[in-house]
Amino acid sequence: MLSLATANVARGLLLVCLLLTGTPAAAGGPPIVAAASDLQFALTEAAEQFQQETGHALRLNFGSSGNFRRQIAQGAPFELYLSADERYVQALYKEGHTQDEGVIYAIGRLVWLQRAGRGDLPSADAPLAGVEAALEAQASGTTERIALANPEHAPYGVAAQQALEHAKLWQPTEPLRVLGENVSQAAQFALSDDARGGLVAYSLALAPALSERSEYILIPEGWHSSLRQRMVLTNQAGEVASNFYHWLQQDEGQSILRRYGFSVE
Amino acid sequence: MDWSALSVSLRLAGFTCLLLIPIAIWLGRALAYARFRGKGLCEALIALPLVLPPTVLGFYLLLSFGRDAPVGSFWAEMTGNGLNFTFTGILLASLIANLPFAVQPIQRAFEHVPHNLREAAWCSGLNPWQTLLRIELPLVWPGIMSAAALTFAHTLGEFGVILMVGGAIDGETRTLAIAIYDRVQAFDEQGAAQMSALLLLVSFITLGLVYGLAGRRRWVRG
Repeated sequence: MLSLATANVARGLLLVCLLLTGTPAAAGGPPIVAAASDLQFALTEAAEQFQQETGHALRLNFGSSGNFRRQIAQGAPFELYLSADERYVQALYKEGHTQDEGVIYAIGRLVWLQRAGRGDLPSADAPLAGVEAALEAQASGTTERIALANPEHAPYGVAAQQALEHAKLWQPTEPLRVLGENVSQAAQFALSDDARGGLVAYSLALAPALSERSEYILIPEGWHSSLRQRMVLTNQAGEVASNFYHWLQQDEGQSILRRYGFSVE
Repeated sequence: MDWSALSVSLRLAGFTCLLLIPIAIWLGRALAYARFRGKGLCEALIALPLVLPPTVLGFYLLLSFGRDAPVGSFWAEMTGNGLNFTFTGILLASLIANLPFAVQPIQRAFEHVPHNLREAAWCSGLNPWQTLLRIELPLVWPGIMSAAALTFAHTLGEFGVILMVGGAIDGETRTLAIAIYDRVQAFDEQGAAQMSALLLLVSFITLGLVYGLAGRRRWVRG
């Protein structure tokens, strides 16, 4: 029994050794980029163009900025981090995880997004009319959800909360709100049949994959604190990541971002 | 179709089977034959990943893989790398999450090996190793195959734990199940549909294999 146990343990250890030598390390592939999910489409296009010009591929990871901030602090192998909220970048810089303070690459905008063909898109002077309509519907017994990103760790969720608070609609909408893990999932929820709509990133509303099946109206910038988006090279950044970082700040990169509704300082 | 995600999933499922099955044979056999205090506790511990929410397991793994935690710092000292957000990290998580799927079928199979058969083998002069290799393993073989098939299929489908400790890195920790989630969020329903169909097919074939083997085992026993 004992000898059998030892033999099996030895065999297991041997396999572990084989495995470790045989697995390609993360460092082997193209650099990994962590990007806020409002960049889902804009950055994919930028990375494709960058690859055409330079021949260098990038591995893009989209998610909520707050989650990436935590993962980078825990040692995730991201080389470039594009956050939808500059405070996450500044916090990482203070903790010594990044090369410098980074740069602002864009200012994001919030929109009210709803399914195409509903025919009741709110007007510019009352962009949250859809939310009020959902509240009225609730009073008469129909539930129409309002989607937003989770304000706990997604910057667009924070902005959406501030916009609703500005319009004094945060408290009343509590039973109607559904929270996406990031702003891209919030957009997914906003277009579902059970939702009235949602508060999501302008850049997603402009993406071809969504523009065909949705319509939007911009939320005034003054209704939420500015979505200043900052990117930074982490301590693990190599040459390719660094080149892409600079490329994004030049004309080609900036024009792609502008096309997806990001305003640039 | 995200081929790099498919490759990560297959590598993860393959290595999980390779590493876990020998451990499960040892554990399953020990639990089937041995009588000791706290055996129920052992079995409960092994079965725990069956009922535990994957996020709970993911949370504890994330904590223990950190560089300040004992497991994480030990690993970092040995290899220079952390465990969070690496293939090795999700493999370790997958080994733990799959423990019941591998151990339980094998344990059941060993429990069905008649005791007098093993005694007869010893009387015939076979040592414990020979008894295992020539008498027991051929009898428990369907159990081992079920365990391997279940472990393989379950690893392909594992989502919560991998998402929490893996961070969905392309070519490293983004498995097929996570790639589907990402594709849906990118409004790429066609991509998600292809990958979902593949996982559906693989899972169905695997379960067919498991039930087929179970049927054969009943037939062998008469």
